[in-house]
Parts: sequence; structure tokens; C-alpha cells
Amino acid sequence: MAVTGGDAMTRISAPWRDPAKRAFLLQGLVVVVLGAFVLWIANNAVSNLARLDIASGYGFLDQRAGFGVPTSLIAYSPEATYLRAFAVGILNTLLVSALGIVAATLIGFVVGVARLSSNWLIRTIATAYVEGLRNIPLLLQIFFWYFAVLGALPQPRRAFSIADTVFLSNRGLFLPAPMPQDLFWVTPVVLGLSAVACLLYSRWTRGRREREGRFDWLGWIPFTIVAVPTLVSWLITGAPLEWSMPHLQGFRFAGGLSIVPELVALWFALSIYTGTFIAEAVRGGILAVDKGQTDAARALGLTRGQTLRLVVIPQALRVIVPPLTNQYLSLTKNSSLGAAIGFPELMNVSGTVLNQTGQAVEVLALTMAVYGTICLVIAASMNAVNRAVHIEER
Amino acid sequence: MAGIVFEGKPQQAMAGRAFAWVRANLFGSPFDATLTMVTALLLASALVPLIDWAIINATWSGESREDCAPDGACWVFLRVRFGQFIYGFYPEPERWRVNLTAALLAANAGWLLWPRAPGKAYVALFALTGFPLLAYWLLAGGFLGLTYVESAKWGGLVLTITVALAGIVIAILLGVLLALGRRSTLPALRLVATAYIEFIRAVPLITILFMASVMLPLFLPEGVSLSKVLRAMIGTALFWSAYMAEAVRGGLQSVPRGQYEAGQAIGLSYWKMMALIILPQALKAALPGIMNTIISLVKDTTLLLLIGIFELLGIIQAAASDPQWLGNYVEGYVFVAAIFFVFCFGMSIYSQRLERKLDAGR
Repeated sequence: MAVTGGDAMTRISAPWRDPAKRAFLLQGLVVVVLGAFVLWIANNAVSNLARLDIASGYGFLDQRAGFGVPTSLIAYSPEATYLRAFAVGILNTLLVSALGIVAATLIGFVVGVARLSSNWLIRTIATAYVEGLRNIPLLLQIFFWYFAVLGALPQPRRAFSIADTVFLSNRGLFLPAPMPQDLFWVTPVVLGLSAVACLLYSRWTRGRREREGRFDWLGWIPFTIVAVPTLVSWLITGAPLEWSMPHLQGFRFAGGLSIVPELVALWFALSIYTGTFIAEAVRGGILAVDKGQTDAARALGLTRGQTLRLVVIPQALRVIVPPLTNQYLSLTKNSSLGAAIGFPELMNVSGTVLNQTGQAVEVLALTMAVYGTICLVIAASMNAVNRAVHIEER
Repeated sequence: MAGIVFEGKPQQAMAGRAFAWVRANLFGSPFDATLTMVTALLLASALVPLIDWAIINATWSGESREDCAPDGACWVFLRVRFGQFIYGFYPEPERWRVNLTAALLAANAGWLLWPRAPGKAYVALFALTGFPLLAYWLLAGGFLGLTYVESAKWGGLVLTITVALAGIVIAILLGVLLALGRRSTLPALRLVATAYIEFIRAVPLITILFMASVMLPLFLPEGVSLSKVLRAMIGTALFWSAYMAEAVRGGLQSVPRGQYEAGQAIGLSYWKMMALIILPQALKAALPGIMNTIISLVKDTTLLLLIGIFELLGIIQAAASDPQWLGNYVEGYVFVAAIFFVFCFGMSIYSQRLERKLDAGR
């Protein structure tokens, strides 16, 4: 009796029978196994790096990069350092992401609304666009734009041109470049000040409307407040903006602003692909708005456009913003596919640096940290937007 | 007489209905009518040259680029290189092994997808355990009488499907574990799972693939090496498991608390409660998210070409850059796009139908 009782006691008090102790043991086990795994990896890496004679640390960032890039937002030459090459890559990533986010949002909102159109043809085309393009890999679409469309354009000598100011060839798009002269800064400053004045005027009229019920918003007053001082200051300073025109020089274009085909292809593909997902988010958001809201707006005599703009979209936005955030994040991460066509964004630059230095761990860690930071910033700003469009439920 | 009267009416009614439909859906207002006309014109002006290029002026038979008409599609390119696009560089006399594997896979998948098929549990068990081993033996060989075909020779559609399937299975299994970890009451597990998921979701897939292809060899002891294809599979699975985990977590959150409490009340252990009560409901609720992740995974297998693996798009790109076929990009892209579209659109339709069926069962 005593023996069996004692046996039962020990069984109950065995550590793995007690939930608290078991939880402690399990977590300890996970930490130990994970720690051992990391140590083992680190140990292997250290001995492999020593054997392959690869340097470690971030000292390479000060060395000469030695490779050129087709396009850059800051001054760059092969003589510059690796650090500067990374800066070029980061700026290009930010550039194409920003351009892509703007275009994808426009496409997404237009197509999302078009999918719910009462016009069968519009509805069908929008559906075909969404279902067709979101099921085709993005990399394939980038290749299509780059190799099949832009690569097939004529050479600079036979470029398409609009009035000899804008040229499109297989070397990219060439536009007139604005060249600000002395005193150019005056006009934007005046424009800013008049915009502030216009804002004050509109607040004043709104206050009066709410107090007195008088609605006498006149379109020409705010227009004059902005246009007249801006135009006058522009003329007084002597129209201080000149244009650098692109022109043929031998086999290529000189002057003007050149947009390399890599950027155009990546921008088009990213916007068109992400636009399909944003369109679905917009459609979902609009469908989530109660039908009674539309009926009520129409009963008040608002037109179809006004109903959409003033009643449906503001309410749909709170459903749309969270998936929209995800799409912005994935567009930014997908901009790394520019590496496949040689657009010098972050991934392309870090791939080249990785090949030249062999310092895979450092280069990839730096690259991941930058992407992580960009994603954090986008997510944080979109969360702020989400709070702004959130409507307090009554 | 009466017959004539009655024959005329339904036809008239039908014509009337069609007319009413056209008026309501295409010419509802002057604005709508203009929009319809302009769109139809634009559509026609885009479609006519496209049909000209793809069908009317296209060349279907021949042996080389020279046989192709200059202003039409050169489908000869696809016909001549078809074997390579599907099998990669797999030696021709051994291709029956690939076909046999594909047939086995199709039989397995067909059985599992057929709604009223019996013995699904056993087939699923075979698909997850026996089939991968059998497929490995058939594709790689090297023992039991089959000659060895190194994975560097794998390529094309077969490689795309192989990596995608391996990635899907491993990512789902890892994803469920990560989701359970993230929802665990044990802080150490929760921290590890959350950190992993958030880290992966903050970086692009390419960086993980580069890690798998460049950094992974550094992490292994000297003398141990993994093949390129295997490294790519590891990278794919590790990356997508984080997204799977988030899809599954959504499903877990939709299971009411009472279900957990009921499971605990009848004395089930954690794993029994999860396997018998929570996960069946959670996975059902997570199905749309899981299917979306699978579709993204399949599309993103194309990124493997960036680490030097000739999957479907990579092999087409290489073939279209061959001086013999230079400039046949569009034909190749149409082929790849059609294959991915069929797979991905098919999966999204299937998942919608499954969702409705599971919903109806509630």
C-alpha cells in the first residue's frame, strides 16, 4: 500500500507532470537548442571565412566601388566609395517605390470602381485586367516591358518624338529638363504664401457659412489669391526658368532629362501588377459600404459621381487602408526585382558589392536592415492615415 | 393558327429582353453610351493587330527562325524548344522518369481533389511521406537501378513544379508550427516565433534567396554542401512559412475561446486539443489566406532565375537570348504567362468553390 502510494506521489510530482515546471523546461529546451544552433552556425561561418580568406566588418564601405550605374539621383562615378554606391541604390529604391505607389493607387482606385460599373463593357474589361494580370508573375511582367516592349523600340536616330522635345527610343525616355536660374526660389515661396492665404480665406467663409447659413463660395476669389501674386512675382524676377532640350549627338541623346528604360519597365510592371491587388481592395471596401448609404445619397439628389466621392469612398477608406498598406509594403519589397533587369536599386547594388567583396553576411545584413527600415516607415505612416480616416462608431 | 401566335411570342420576348439588357448595361445614359462606343473602338484597335500577329500572320510549322514570317508570331520557337522548356536539361532517354513522377502526382492530386473519393486519409499520408521519397528516387536516381541525374540538369516547368510543391508542403507545416508558437502562452516560444515571422515579412524574397544561395554554404561545416536546387527549396520554404503562419494565425484567432476551454475541460492534452478541435476549424477559416499564399509562392518561383536556377522563366529567357532565336521574347513570355495563369487562376477558382462548400457545411 505504502509503496504504491509513494509511487503515485512521485509520478504526480515529476517535473513534466506540473504544467508550470513543464512550461519552464520546454522554454529552456527551446532556448538551449536555438542557442546551440546559432553558435554552431557562427562557428562554421568563422572557420569558413578564415579558410576562404574573406575579410569581415564594414571596413569595405570606404573602399573604391569601381563599378558604374546607368542612372543615379546623386553624383556618382566608379571612383566613389561602396557607401556612396549603397546610397545610390537606396535612393533609386525609394524613387521607384514612390512612383509605383502613386501610379498603382491611381490604377487601383479607377479599376476598383470600374469593376462595379453599371456598364457591362467597362466592368468586363476591368475584371479581365485584374484576373489576368494578378495571376501572371511580376518578374515575367518586368521582363515583358523591358525586353519585349522597350527593347523593341527604335534606336535614338529613329526615335519617336513629340514636337522634337520629348523622345522615346530603346535608350529610354528623354524629356526637357527644367534649369532653375537665379531668383527662381522667389516664385515657389510666393506660391506657398498665397496658398496659406487661400486656406485662411476658405476657413473664414466656412466659419461664416456655419454662423449665418450663407453659402457664397466664389471660385474666382481663391483662384485670384493664388494666381495673381505668383504670376506677378514670376514676371518681376524675369521668368527665371530655362529648359535644357534633349537633342541627338552622334548615336545618342545629350541634354535634357533622361529616364532609363530599366526604370520605365520596373515602374510600369510594379504599378500595373500592384494595381490589380489595390483594385480588389477598393472593390471590397466599396462593397462593404451599406447599400442604404448610396440610396440615401441618391434620394438627397446627389449625382452618381458625388455619391461615390462624398459618401461611399470616405466610408470605404477605413476598410481599404489596411490592405492598401500591405500592397504598398509588397510593392516596395518587389522593387528589388529591378535587380533582374539591371536597374541600380538597392538589391542590384548589393548584389554587385557582394560579388566584388565576397562579404555576403555584412552586405545582406545591411540590405535587409534598409528594407526593414523602409517597411517600418511606410507601415507607421499608413497607420497614421488609418487613424485619420477611422470613423468613430456611434 | 394558335401555334403561330404562341411561337412568335417567346422569341419576341427574348429579343425584348436582350434589347433591355443591352440598353441597361451598355447604353444606360448618354455618358454610358459614349463610354461604350469609345471603349469598344479602342478595344477593337488593340485586338485586331493582336489577332493578326498571334494567329493570322503567325508561323506554326518549320524548324528555325528563318521559316518565320517577319510580322507574325513565331510559334515555331516554342515547338522546337518545347522539350527543353518542360524538362530543362534532363537527359532525353531518362525523361520517362519525369513523366512517371508527373503521372503519379496527377493521380495523387486527382484523388485528393475529387470530392467523393474514398480513403483520402491514406492517400494524403502517402502524398506527404511515400510520394516525396519515390519522386526523389525517380527524379534524382543514383540507387536501386536508376542512373544518377544531378539536380543541375533539372530545369524548366518540371523544376518549377518540384520547387513549388516542396515549398508549399514545408511552408504549411512550418507555418502551422510558427502560428501555434506565436499564439503560445509560453513567452520564449512566442518571442522566437514572432521575431522570425516579422523579420521575414520585412525583407524581400530575393534577399532570402541570396541568403540561401550565398550565405547558407558558409553556415555549414567544411566538406558538407547542398545542391543549388535544394538551397533554393530551403529559401523558398523558409520565406513563405512566415506568410503561411500569418494566414493560419488569422484562422486560429477566428476559433471561439469556448472551443479551447471545452477541449481543456474534457482533459485533452495541448497537442490533442489542437489536432482534434482547434486546427480543423482554424485551417478551414484560414483557407483563403493559405490559398493566396500558395498562389504567391507559385508565381514567385520565377525569382529563382536570379540565383542561377533555370526554372520555367529562366530557361525561356535563356532560349530567347540565344542568337539563333534572338528577339522571340514575346512568344516565350506568352507561353510562360499562359502556364502560370492556368495554374494560379485555377487555384483561386478552386479555393473559392471549396470555401463556399465548407461554408455551406456549417
